[in-house]
Amino acid sequence: MTKKKIIIDPVSRVEGHGRVTIHLNDKDELDDAKLHIVEFRGFEKFVQGRPYWEAPVLVQRLCGICPVSHHLCAAKAIDQVVGVNDETITPSAAKLRRLMHYGQVLQSHALHYFYLAAPDLLLGMNSEVETRNIIGLAQMNQDLAKKGILLRKFGQEIIRATAGKKIHGISAVPGGVHKSLSTDEIDSFKRGGDIPSINEVISWCTEVLDHYKTYHRKNQSEILSFDQLESNYLSLIGKNGELELYHGNLRCISATGKKVLDDMNYLKYLDVYQEDVKEWSYMKFPFLKHLGRENGWVRVGPLARLNTCEYIDSPLAQKELEDFRSHNGRFPHGTLLYHWARLIEILHCAEKIQLLLDDPDVTKDDLMAKGNRESEGIGFLEAPRGTLIHHYKVAPDDQITKCNLIVSTTHNNIAMNKSVTQRAHHIWSKHKERGEEFLNEIEVAIRAYDPCLSCATHAIGQMPLKIEIRNNENDLIRTIER
Amino acid sequence: MSSPKKIPITVDGKKYDVPKNINLVEALSSQGIRVPTLCWYKGMDDCLGTCRVCTVNVNGRPSAACTLNTTEEMKIEFDTSELNDLRKSIIELLFVEGNHYCPSCEKSGDCLLQAEAQALEMTHSRFPYEFNHYEIDYSGEMIILERNRCVHCKRCTELFTNDDGEKVFSFIGKGKDTQVVINKETEKSLSKHKAQEAMDLCPVGAILVKGEGFKTPYGERKFEKEPLWIKK
Ligand code: SF4
Ligand code: FES
Repeated sequence: MTKKKIIIDPVSRVEGHGRVTIHLNDKDELDDAKLHIVEFRGFEKFVQGRPYWEAPVLVQRLCGICPVSHHLCAAKAIDQVVGVNDETITPSAAKLRRLMHYGQVLQSHALHYFYLAAPDLLLGMNSEVETRNIIGLAQMNQDLAKKGILLRKFGQEIIRATAGKKIHGISAVPGGVHKSLSTDEIDSFKRGGDIPSINEVISWCTEVLDHYKTYHRKNQSEILSFDQLESNYLSLIGKNGELELYHGNLRCISATGKKVLDDMNYLKYLDVYQEDVKEWSYMKFPFLKHLGRENGWVRVGPLARLNTCEYIDSPLAQKELEDFRSHNGRFPHGTLLYHWARLIEILHCAEKIQLLLDDPDVTKDDLMAKGNRESEGIGFLEAPRGTLIHHYKVAPDDQITKCNLIVSTTHNNIAMNKSVTQRAHHIWSKHKERGEEFLNEIEVAIRAYDPCLSCATHAIGQMPLKIEIRNNENDLIRTIER
Repeated sequence: MSSPKKIPITVDGKKYDVPKNINLVEALSSQGIRVPTLCWYKGMDDCLGTCRVCTVNVNGRPSAACTLNTTEEMKIEFDTSELNDLRKSIIELLFVEGNHYCPSCEKSGDCLLQAEAQALEMTHSRFPYEFNHYEIDYSGEMIILERNRCVHCKRCTELFTNDDGEKVFSFIGKGKDTQVVINKETEKSLSKHKAQEAMDLCPVGAILVKGEGFKTPYGERKFEKEPLWIKK
């Protein structure tokens, strides 16, 4: 049987480089679809042989969007190497790191929603590609776009104040942080100016949520029918089952909400994790061992976190969670619901930031803790896109001998492939002759996960898009280009 | 005390009166002319002149300014496009010969090579990167030698001793294979403070104190507080 293959390469408004191939049979029916992550980053290799204290600054270069997540996750792992853990780290250091993290999640989610996703949602998936971006969004709704941009800026300024720079800060060091906040810095966030004040940020977050919910109500059937993917959901979880972005135990629930892993200390993750390798992707495919290769894959990120948690420990976000659940049920699976969940998390981060700005610990100088040197460190963190794992082994002479990184996008790898396949099946007969629409819809499915395919940072740019149709001999028989 | 005798020198056609027999880099600096340097530092006598970053023309001949003292009627060319380019290309060559990843270097912000590269407005190297392989020496008790970053300035081998006055660093090998090594016996007795002194003496991040790094916030590191720049 002759097979054809359509390649979508590269996927636009997705960070980094992805490639989608659509495999056809001789009747032009869709056979299979795959999302290939083909760039090779090599960080696990080149961190080997480096002194352990370099890890938090070195590995954050993985990404230009969420370097703080890598910085903090590596710092958490390396804390253990110097004998410090979540209980023994100083309260000031823990709170300053949390503040940095909330700033990071806020800015990353704002970037994702306003720059990358909202243009599809609010302008329409098949609107003109030249204007389907933040600039087009600004033309349609100037106020919304402006707030989106300033919300992001606020998050970036929190990062700058806590980490030293908006991207690639260096303040998290083994055992703590090297700087606290000045009262001037705190006042600037309370007062606002070039950036909104924290009170404005909170009220804008609720406005944006209201805006989204109005959109959602109008387009509910389209949103929910876009892609329903029943999956396991994994995240860290707070001590009492609350949403937790920085530190907690692991919880994984099934599609029906059954806890398949709960209250598990993440230091034991190797007992439950296994990683699969496929020849067509550089990215690994992790799964939970006890559920097996077929059923052990998970989804991580905002939707997963809202599904695993019982409640949110900040009042406005909790109200929004209740609303979310009353609309969508307790364990919803709609892939586009990631966006709504993301907006609830932005509000949660803003509320947490407000509390931390009022906490005297963030101005204190008690920043470093010490302990006994260990040979291994494991860090887990809820990065904007989902659960992130850093694992290092360190020799007695201080050099890193082994590094394992499982990033959020890797966790979502199987899920993204399934969403792409489902979407492709759904739309193939409708759109097969019209490359552009087909591409758009596939991209929207991928973008819901906010994948970080590498650290390329092209927020506004529409990458040129190319479809190649190939037969089973790999001969190019048709090319469609944007 | 009487002030030292002043003598006339000419720099780029302009006359200056400077103290006699003082280090030429210092003399020019006192007149607001900053000569880029790497192996030399302020207050250092008898610089070996290993790096040549301070090259100026003295009476028509290219010379390392840090190795000369002022003499009467010295005619110096400093700010010419050829010399500026020569100094910049030496810095570029050091970048391609070693493996310098500033973003994750403990000395970033405190590194003289990085600061001079910025001052000379180096944006890239015109020479192909060599990707040479250098072993990092983890065998010391207090110190790590990160040879990827060594610029072979000889500050450590010439100027650093432990509390007993014994040398800790030396060079082995020849030419391209020259590398800095630690004397494990004399290194053993270094206090943390002394080890830090060695790290500070190294103009780049080749000498590291174990467990130390990234302690200073952005904006407060040496060359962020006092950036180098060439006064034109
Ligand atoms: S280790 Fe540092 S001080 Fe010693 S020669 Fe190399 S660059 Fe110079
Ligand atoms: S500074 Fe003069 S030769 Fe190095």
